Amino acid sequence: MTVTTQRLPTLAEAVARYDPVLGLEVHVELGTVTKMFCGCSTTFGAEPNSQVCPVCLGLPGSLPVLNRVAVESAIRLGLALNCTIASWCRFARKNYFYPDMPKNFQISQYDEPIAYNGWLDVVYEGVTYRIGVTRAHLEEDTGKSVHVGGATGRIHGASHALLDYNRSGIPLIEIVSKPILVPPAIAPAVGRAYVTELRMLIRALGISPARMELGQLRCDANVSLKPSGATEFGTRTETKNVNSLRSVERAISYEIRRQAAVLSEGGRVVQETRHWHEDTGETTAGRSKEQAEDYRYFPEPDLVPLAPSPEWVESLRATLPESPVARRARLQREWRLSDLEMRDVLNAGAVDLVAATVDAGSDPAGAKKWWLGQIARAANERGVDLEQVGISPSDVAQVQALVAAGTLNDRLARQVIDGVLAGEGTPDEVVAARGLAAVSDDAALLTAVDEAIAAMPDVAAKVRAGKLAAVGALVGAVMKATRGQADAARVRELTLQRLTGPAA
Amino acid sequence: MTDLTRLTAAELAATVASGESSAVEVTQAHLDRIAAVDTAVHAFLHVEADGALAAAKAVDERRARGEPLSPLAGVPLALKDVFTTADMPTTCGSKILDGWRPPYDATVTRLLREAGIVILGKTNLDEFAMGSSTENSAFGPTHNPWDLGRIPGGSGGGSSAALASYQAALAIGTDTGGSIRQPAAVTGTVGVKPTYGGVSRYGLVACASSLDQGGPCARTVLDAALLHEVIAGHDPMDATSIDRPVPAVVAAARRGAGGDLAGLRIGIVREFAGEGYQAGVLARFRGAVELLDELGAEVAEVSCPSFTYGLPAYYLILPSEVSSNLARFDGMRYGLRVGDEGARSAEEVMSLTRGKGFGAEAKRRIMLGTYALSSGYYEAYYGQAQKVRTLISRDFERAFQTVDVLVSPTTPTTAFPIGERADDPLAMYMADLCTIPSNLAGNAAASFPCGLADEDGLPVGLQVMAPVLADDRLYLVGAALEHAVVERWGGPLLSRAPELEVVA
Ligand SMILES: [Zn+2]
Repeated sequence: MTVTTQRLPTLAEAVARYDPVLGLEVHVELGTVTKMFCGCSTTFGAEPNSQVCPVCLGLPGSLPVLNRVAVESAIRLGLALNCTIASWCRFARKNYFYPDMPKNFQISQYDEPIAYNGWLDVVYEGVTYRIGVTRAHLEEDTGKSVHVGGATGRIHGASHALLDYNRSGIPLIEIVSKPILVPPAIAPAVGRAYVTELRMLIRALGISPARMELGQLRCDANVSLKPSGATEFGTRTETKNVNSLRSVERAISYEIRRQAAVLSEGGRVVQETRHWHEDTGETTAGRSKEQAEDYRYFPEPDLVPLAPSPEWVESLRATLPESPVARRARLQREWRLSDLEMRDVLNAGAVDLVAATVDAGSDPAGAKKWWLGQIARAANERGVDLEQVGISPSDVAQVQALVAAGTLNDRLARQVIDGVLAGEGTPDEVVAARGLAAVSDDAALLTAVDEAIAAMPDVAAKVRAGKLAAVGALVGAVMKATRGQADAARVRELTLQRLTGPAA
Repeated sequence: MTDLTRLTAAELAATVASGESSAVEVTQAHLDRIAAVDTAVHAFLHVEADGALAAAKAVDERRARGEPLSPLAGVPLALKDVFTTADMPTTCGSKILDGWRPPYDATVTRLLREAGIVILGKTNLDEFAMGSSTENSAFGPTHNPWDLGRIPGGSGGGSSAALASYQAALAIGTDTGGSIRQPAAVTGTVGVKPTYGGVSRYGLVACASSLDQGGPCARTVLDAALLHEVIAGHDPMDATSIDRPVPAVVAAARRGAGGDLAGLRIGIVREFAGEGYQAGVLARFRGAVELLDELGAEVAEVSCPSFTYGLPAYYLILPSEVSSNLARFDGMRYGLRVGDEGARSAEEVMSLTRGKGFGAEAKRRIMLGTYALSSGYYEAYYGQAQKVRTLISRDFERAFQTVDVLVSPTTPTTAFPIGERADDPLAMYMADLCTIPSNLAGNAAASFPCGLADEDGLPVGLQVMAPVLADDRLYLVGAALEHAVVERWGGPLLSRAPELEVVA
């Protein structure tokens, strides 16, 4: 059933009649040096098919050998998610045919995940929601298909496909949430907060850079609706390709509204995979899952069972960083922020960015101001996450350092940020290219002050006579003459000195 | 002048080491023999004369420089065409790998080369090692040198026939359900399936991963032991490879050749006799047991009731793994591609390629396995079969508490005529009845020549089974039996084979 956007209810209207149930599956590409089952490099962005070998190409005769660091990462994440770590588990083959999967099966885990039955506390608007984690398991990534010859880069209309297997065999952890039931109106926001929290945790563990725009963290959102107050879950859809925090919230919200429209018109939600389109803010139908795909899972015979010893697990537990909640409490103290201010930072998904900016030398207030102010507005206008907007914590710290040194005033600093966001280079490069350095040379300023006094003798006389407020006209003239690049406070100081000070 | 092709591998190595003959001469003699008889036998799918002569020349040069030679340096070998070779095609007996040149050597291939063993070429086999007669090869059957109208066993019929027709002194086979032992039995040669994990599977194109095991084939027990020590040992590229010292098989073979088995406890598997067994096979089997008894062994009958369920369990586990292992042959990356005229989808090309590329038996097993693994049937088929597998392992464990080795006929009948069972898969499957339990349990097992059946004058094999990692016991028994048979017959059994017609 096709429902047009114009006829969709608002989120508020939708949740007035229906309760959404969410299930989030998050895939994380681990930041291991080598792939999951071979020694190939995992460096991002290399020439297509330059980081491949018989194993990750699935050539006949090749065999997988498990990467121990990937297992460690999975155990550490499992522990951080309060999961039980399996004392014995196996890998399984998930069988299906697809050209970007060189063996036509994926080595994954089926009914014996390495970590299971945990939870993650998510704070939204000051309230903590405990999200259950069904399982976290290890699997290998597939290659990438690029469809060529069509207008859209999608499979329809393409004349042929190019296959890049550099990604094939990169270790992934899939984290599957339990059904998420939160106050209906905030379900999309809590979904986003969950992924945000998970990302912070993954980064704190150091197991992945978890950059969504690079596909290092990918989210599939399962959404179903049930009539308000009902206990039985409705039919769910699974929305793929949700690759930014903002999109997580938007996609969930869209699906709630779309399904509400279908149901309220007496229709039936089709169990299917749907694709999220960042540009239109809509999901479209993909593969129908009415006939559940049979992956014919069976234990991977080329790998031996994995049996992490209790000693090993405990030694890994000892390497866990402080919990995100504890870390935020510490940062809030260190940054001297109020609860409300910290909540704003958290809601903006900016905790890691502000922390990184402070680590790069900025003062906390400055860091917070830029990320939650001008940069957040730019990200919003462009419809991207803060991290994708094109400015790094070290850039922001550099701008803030220039402000602290008096090289930039606030207005100029904003222009520098704009320049960096526009892709004009680093803050130093923008300052140089745009000629934005504040005039802080007193000699140069004094010349301008004297010129202003000479040009406005009556104003100067008023100031000399004690009407200090009149100095504003002179300061304005100097600022105009220096094209705003002077420090107005210093100009005022120098002008007063010239007219009323001992020298005069 | 000695016919170099009639010497054993140990004798050839000594000849080369002493300088009596060069490795090049030895190799040329075997290449000439191939040219003379293989049109009739069809043991080889590919003969790499230049590569073989170059490898032989390298051995001669090492000798000339006074460098030490490994114990089998300069000995020609026939490699089953299921191991990857960077300098030769690897077909697995299938059209679907048409034109594929692997970019890498299997571990076994590498070890052979490092030992100075001369690889003459690649031998014929049932497609992807699935069959008991070599009739399932896409390139036509191999003929038994004892009677060209009969099968040489399978799947490794090319390797056994090459040995029995003196085209090579050594051969490599793989044994998934008997593919080394049954061909050895029906050609009057020696074939050993090492303990699972004893020989690396890296580069062995998988049939059924949990059952496949590469192993040595030869005309004498000592030759097999010498080859065993070359190819066995831990391989970090194979996660199922055993990280333990290789059993001292050469020492055991030398000890056994003394003909003293005093104190060795031998158990006859009660279940492997009776209906379906050829009278001449049972008579030679009993004769062999009497010989062993005369050599001082204590013989008892042992019951292994679960062995009866081995065949049905095997024909669920094997196809299941096959259906997954053979999924990668889809025409996307290498080998045959059918129907790619620009108008068809990747899925259609995959389907057409597999339809055209696989033979009937491969398709039969893929379908059986796909069915056995499908959701709703998994527990009833694959799950149950795994339970049988456990029961068979327990039968072995229990038996090995009272005996050192178990014995049975290797296969219920002598070589049958080509075509006789081609349309009767169940009759064909019976050929592996006695060999399958050791694949399911992973223990070591071998077949040794023990005489000719009265009714057809064709070779009969004695199967010896030993516990996991007790491969040396096979050689002890095999060498003692060989010693007794040679004494009784006045020469090796193979000397009774008719001379083949030689093409000038
Ligand atoms: Zn690789």
